[in-house]
Amino acid sequence: MKVKKNVALSDSGFLFNPSSGESYSVNPIGQEIIKMLNEESSEEEIIATLLEKYNVERDTLEKDIRDFFGMLELYGVVKPEEA
Amino acid sequence: MAKLLYERPLITPLNTGMTNKFGTRTEYRPMTHIDHVAVKDLLQEFGSPLFVFSERQIRNNYQSAKRAFETRYPKVQFAWSYKTNYLDAICNIFHQKGSWGEVVSGFEYKKALKNGVPGDKILFNGPDKTNEDLKMAIENNSPIHIDHLDELYRLTEMARELNKKPRVAIRVNMDTGIYPMWDRFGFNYENGQAWDAVNKILSNDVLDLIGLHCHIGTFMLAPSAYGIAASKMSELALSIKRQHGKVIEYIDMGGGFASKNTLKGAYLIGADTVPEISEFAEAITSAILNAGFDKDELPYLYLETGRALVDDAGFLLGSVISNKRLSDGRRATILDFGVNNLFTSFWYDHKVSPAQEFGMHTENSVLYGPLCMNIDVVRENVSLPPLNAGDQLVVHHVGAYNFTQSMQFITLRPAVVLIDMKDETHLVRVREDNDSVQRYEQVPEYLKPFKL
Ligand SMILES: Cc1ncc(COP(=O)(O)O)c(C=O)c1O
Repeated sequence: MKVKKNVALSDSGFLFNPSSGESYSVNPIGQEIIKMLNEESSEEEIIATLLEKYNVERDTLEKDIRDFFGMLELYGVVKPEEA
Repeated sequence: MAKLLYERPLITPLNTGMTNKFGTRTEYRPMTHIDHVAVKDLLQEFGSPLFVFSERQIRNNYQSAKRAFETRYPKVQFAWSYKTNYLDAICNIFHQKGSWGEVVSGFEYKKALKNGVPGDKILFNGPDKTNEDLKMAIENNSPIHIDHLDELYRLTEMARELNKKPRVAIRVNMDTGIYPMWDRFGFNYENGQAWDAVNKILSNDVLDLIGLHCHIGTFMLAPSAYGIAASKMSELALSIKRQHGKVIEYIDMGGGFASKNTLKGAYLIGADTVPEISEFAEAITSAILNAGFDKDELPYLYLETGRALVDDAGFLLGSVISNKRLSDGRRATILDFGVNNLFTSFWYDHKVSPAQEFGMHTENSVLYGPLCMNIDVVRENVSLPPLNAGDQLVVHHVGAYNFTQSMQFITLRPAVVLIDMKDETHLVRVREDNDSVQRYEQVPEYLKPFKL
């Protein structure tokens, strides 16, 4: 999953998507995930990093990350997965 | 190294240009304590979901309502509206403060008697009083507020049989400029029914007409309607004095003052728009004081205020069971309480707060109850921090009508806890169990055996 090139994310969690003109607010853990996606981390790497850092069960985290990816797709922030 | 507190990743659209005039209102400020008791501890000790009442809030509400009226009028008496909340512990707080009882059924009447309210301080309202109820009320010398002619005739007959002179009032309905008009209860003022009932009562010496009662509606937002009602009631009392020489002892203005909840579809939240009790007090008392009563014949003013005295003293605590994404992208949060416990969510947008600290970010969610029913929606759309299974919530302003109308449906009714003036907790109703329901059931013998 790749973030679109021109999507801008500020340190305060303000995300702007120029292709749609929409802006979003992203919470700190969401920002971390987007940054990792920018660095081309895989889903598994992202999960491993976050499990290290946060007090959360793997099941919960996986479910929440899938959901978050779904929203990133819905809002056109990421390029659709290639089939 | 200790791990950090986890919060679900969130991305929320910022609706620039599309926000309403007042901005979107978020309700995420957490409520971790009620009075000084931690929500977490309450749920741990008494289970989830749980109704909690603050005695401090009830006493404060009563005190300020009483002050609002007593600073404006010399003869004021409150009577606690049992149907609003008839948990005995709650009723008794009001009785300790000096409130009488106001009941609308034999069931409520017996509850008030059992709580120790003297019969002559129980106002008996409502269209459905059985002969047994009326007999009980006559023998206890309770003011009986007559709702219709059938009741008037029945009562007259019973009084003759018992050779007693019941103390009665008539319930009056009238046009106060408020729609809908509550004309199904009592006798109409404008079309002369009320006057006709008065004449019938005073034409013989069987019933003692001591008062006039009205209750013009509930969740009323217009103090001026009470001003109109109080003028008409005073006018009727004065005509009775003029034409029959009978002094009316009291005018009972019923209940109905709005509480600070937010009605569904309202543009502004209730806390910002609902009139203060003092505004209702001003409208009512000036109308009576200006009506032209002789100084020593000024009637007592009775009030049956319900929701405005108890709504904000009640909380419903509960927990998140799960959250999911709906097919249209909306977030859904499933709670362990629903419309079975929160009947009033059919007409209020109840304020809901998380009971633990969260970050700054919020998302919109629909809140569902646990029932397997489509109608089980607690809030259609509310902005809250990302809630996870096990997180706890506080629903505000549930003290009026919720407990009395809560249903045993699919699950059992939760426990009720009172937090006293010293922040100590008291279990005032235990959580129901299967036996609470099944003890009333009987299975015919032939249906007992089966093989599967
Ligand atoms: C006769 C009567 N008195 C008092 C009340 C209490 O009303 P509220 O809770 O709106 O103050 C009611 C409620 O409908 C009522 O019917």
